[in-house]
Amino acid sequence: MAGKITLSDLNKTLSEMNVQSLEGVKIEGDIEIELDAGAGGVGPLFAYYFGQEAAKIAMQLMNFAKAVGYPVENLLQPVAVASAIAPAPKDLAAAAAAVPAFKVASALASAKFSVGIDKTWRTPIQEVTLGATKANGGSRGHVVKLGGEKAMPFFPDAAMPHAPKVTMDVFDMPIGMAKAVKMHYEDVINSPGEWAKKAVKKFGADMVTVHLISTDPLLKDTSAQDAVKTVEEVLQAVDVPICIGGSGNPNKDPIVLSKAAEVAAGERCLIASANLNMDWEKIGKACVDNGHVCLAWTQLEINSQKELNRKLMKVAGVPRDSIVMDPTTAALAYGLDFAYSNMERIRLGALKGDEELTFPMSSGTTNAWGVRESWMVRSPNKDDSDWGDRMLRGPIWEILTGYSLAMAGVDIFMMMHPLAVAYVHEITQSLMGRIDAKTPDTAAWLKMGV
Amino acid sequence: MKETSPLNLYKQLPQTNCKKCGEQTCMAYAAGLIARTRKVEECTPLVDEKKYAKKLEALRSIVAPELKMVYIGVGEKQVKVGGEDVMFRHQMTFFNKPPFAYDVSDNMDEAKLVERVKKISTWRKFYIGKWQGVEMIAVRSVTDDPAKFAACVKKVMETSDFPLILCSFNPAVLKAGLEVAAKAKPLIYAANKDNWKEVAQLAFDYKVPVTLSVPFDLDALKSMAITFAGMGLTDLILDPGTAPNGKMLQQTLQNFINLRRAAVEEAQRDIAYPVMVLPINAWLTTEDPVRAAYWESVLTAAFVIRGGAIMIKHSIEAYSMMPDMHLRFNIFTDPRTPVQVKPGIYKVGNPGAESPVFVTTNFALTYYTVESDIASNGIDAYILSINTDGIGVQASVAGGQLNPTKIKDSMTEAGFDWKGQKYPALVLPGMAAKFSGELEDLFAGQAKIMVGPEDSGRIVGWMKDMWPPK
Ligand code: B12
Ligand code: SF4
Repeated sequence: MAGKITLSDLNKTLSEMNVQSLEGVKIEGDIEIELDAGAGGVGPLFAYYFGQEAAKIAMQLMNFAKAVGYPVENLLQPVAVASAIAPAPKDLAAAAAAVPAFKVASALASAKFSVGIDKTWRTPIQEVTLGATKANGGSRGHVVKLGGEKAMPFFPDAAMPHAPKVTMDVFDMPIGMAKAVKMHYEDVINSPGEWAKKAVKKFGADMVTVHLISTDPLLKDTSAQDAVKTVEEVLQAVDVPICIGGSGNPNKDPIVLSKAAEVAAGERCLIASANLNMDWEKIGKACVDNGHVCLAWTQLEINSQKELNRKLMKVAGVPRDSIVMDPTTAALAYGLDFAYSNMERIRLGALKGDEELTFPMSSGTTNAWGVRESWMVRSPNKDDSDWGDRMLRGPIWEILTGYSLAMAGVDIFMMMHPLAVAYVHEITQSLMGRIDAKTPDTAAWLKMGV
Repeated sequence: MKETSPLNLYKQLPQTNCKKCGEQTCMAYAAGLIARTRKVEECTPLVDEKKYAKKLEALRSIVAPELKMVYIGVGEKQVKVGGEDVMFRHQMTFFNKPPFAYDVSDNMDEAKLVERVKKISTWRKFYIGKWQGVEMIAVRSVTDDPAKFAACVKKVMETSDFPLILCSFNPAVLKAGLEVAAKAKPLIYAANKDNWKEVAQLAFDYKVPVTLSVPFDLDALKSMAITFAGMGLTDLILDPGTAPNGKMLQQTLQNFINLRRAAVEEAQRDIAYPVMVLPINAWLTTEDPVRAAYWESVLTAAFVIRGGAIMIKHSIEAYSMMPDMHLRFNIFTDPRTPVQVKPGIYKVGNPGAESPVFVTTNFALTYYTVESDIASNGIDAYILSINTDGIGVQASVAGGQLNPTKIKDSMTEAGFDWKGQKYPALVLPGMAAKFSGELEDLFAGQAKIMVGPEDSGRIVGWMKDMWPPK
């Protein structure tokens, strides 16, 4: 097709329609612009030939012609349109000369890749030891070391001295659990000692956490005396370092946890936890007096974390090597973004020298099971696609919650599902280069059969 | 963009405060450019007036993302890959979530192929007011037969309008695929040390973005990127190799970290291209499909967080897709904007005088969860979203932002004529059950206070037993 537009016609219509963009352009005589769809040569040369001003007018006319119904689309390639309007003619000449002459290089360039490390990371994270062996006045078979990092996790800047650890949850009374979790603990649910053994022997836990939740006044309101019996039972049952957790009740926890700290004196337990909304000083002092490590828990807020750490050190007298932080784990889909960035900022702040933040971090990864996507059979939303098998979905929920926070700087994870524990161990150790495996040909996926 | 001071961008603006961009001043607009909430094109005088040409060019180069942005596909489904400016998300935000491309292959029989493409392209889940789903399809040539590959690509395109990645190291195969698909601007995978000349020619001839695959040799990868850029081909994606296990996996992650650093922290423009990850390689390590899907999720997570810009994946089991999608969503959520909805009364469906009023908070996650649970089950209702400073129900009950007085006041502020309802009642979230007595008193018995289930997913069942109230 060839569309013919005469400028005199156009000019008339233009003035009728009060088109301002062509104001000041006077075209005399009757010029015909013939646009031939068959002519493939409408490229940068087009613009060059017309010169910039002419090209501009031509573009305007094209647009106008289009508006009044001339089928001029596709006549100009986008390249031509862009170059017709923008650069100066001599650039266009160069462009016009360059484009048709695409030439495959005769050989690959030869370059070296190099990149620096982050020089602002000058302060190492405090190393903290959990558990005490006989030699150190305790009864644990081995100790667990956290911290000591000089860089963000798995970064090339500096090797991580210790692999992230997992402490598995043990409760002092039966609690509601997602089906995928419960099936692993049904046989031990009434015995914290057996539960702890199973976690260590069968599921490979580095540590166990005994949660004294029955002390909660809203649950069984058991006494501190009852609670310490559970702690003793667990200390007897396993010889890994242990973490002792309260019920979360801010009035009762200081009482229960200081009693438990006394009974476990010398074992270097992690006491979970001191919080700004309770008598943190009492808990901090119980740690100091009995040689334990204090878990400082705050809610997703970096300044509260600094405040609590500072108070524990300055007021309660907790030494630097006896503090671990729990900046709160909001799980995958329930605010992981907050938890992730909060932890990443804390760790970066520490490496850059903020002495109130240079402590190892802990994550309550079990929170993943509070997210409905981790345990519900199917979506309450009718328009969602099927959610798949929840027995397989839930563990991944816990893995990704924990693992992504490992990337942000978490050193120790409180977890529940055995499969999740295994995967968090495997991936973190793989990324430290600690796991040998034959790496397949990484191009083989292209032709793989699955 | 490395620039952090609006003043330096201001210098390149017309400085007339003409307000055409919608800002009161050029300086405010400059601040918007820094935050990447405004685009250069929105300052129309700068773009239109010839005298600003130099400034325009300078400004464009200042605001260009540190990591190049590459477009794949056309139209609505087109994806943006790369375009990042920061190493850690809290430093600003990550902009373009890495598209997930799920694979199909040219040796699949047609029915299976169509079924898989349909499953990939229709999978979806609602989360915080948005549908999450897959963005792309990767077509692998297992047969190495150009005709079979072309037929497969054609079938895929008939079944779905997703952007494609055409995968083969054989230029003849790629060419056959491009003959079918070039118009849809697919990404081709890949140029390597052996075929790069032919593939470069294809990328030029068909005007498509191209992947450069040089596993575990960043010197050679950079050399190839420079070579391609030298030929005028700059829509590049880099494949530095994805080892799925062993010590090489550590190397893989470190390569990704180094590439991102070079791009955004050291402004090494000649290597600043988006990077491709192949979580699909998990499938080369085991025969067990569950193990493979799990490991694929783990690899996905690693690289969603540390610099993967586009991914080729295999498991389309919902149990592994769902967590991957949520992780990507969370990491790519913009930390600069609060995740809240406006407080007030919302209508779901076509509520009338006989419909219930559900109380919830203005935390976006909470609000949209409740809304979708109600809407998708065809329930007509009102939702009263209460300003709890964007805190969810459970946390705001614990923290005090949600309380009986607040609920009463919000009802008044919303100006909702609840007395006109046939059953003047409010339905509390189960987690806020303890407020019911006090609320009844506050409403002086004029409104019935009902307690709903703890999880809004159970509202459907609750309605059957409890609504209308007796
Ligand atoms: C993220 C989080 C926070 C974030 C909140 C971020 C935010 N924007 O909301 C922050 C860090 C601020 C936070 C703080 C606190 N938190 Co908090 N937090 C969580 C966490 C991890 C997830 C909460 C969440 O987002 N859930 C998802 C949303 C969608 O749930 P939701 O809003 O409750 O909505 C559901 C239901 O309520 C229901 N629903 C909602 N609306 C309606 C309406 C109707 C009509 C019906 C029928 C149902 C219904 O359906 C929804 C879907 O399931 C939970 C633990 C968990 N569950 O995993 C703890 C948790 C809620 N927090 C808790 C606590 C104690 C607190 C603090 C008080 C801690 C403290 N001592 O300082 C503070 C309070 C601070 C404040 N309010 O100012 C406790 C609450 C304990 C309790 N049962 O009372 C929890 C359970 C953790 C725990 N086990 O200790 N928290
Ligand atoms: S449109 Fe451009 S010149 Fe006008 S106020 Fe905005 S930034 Fe300034």
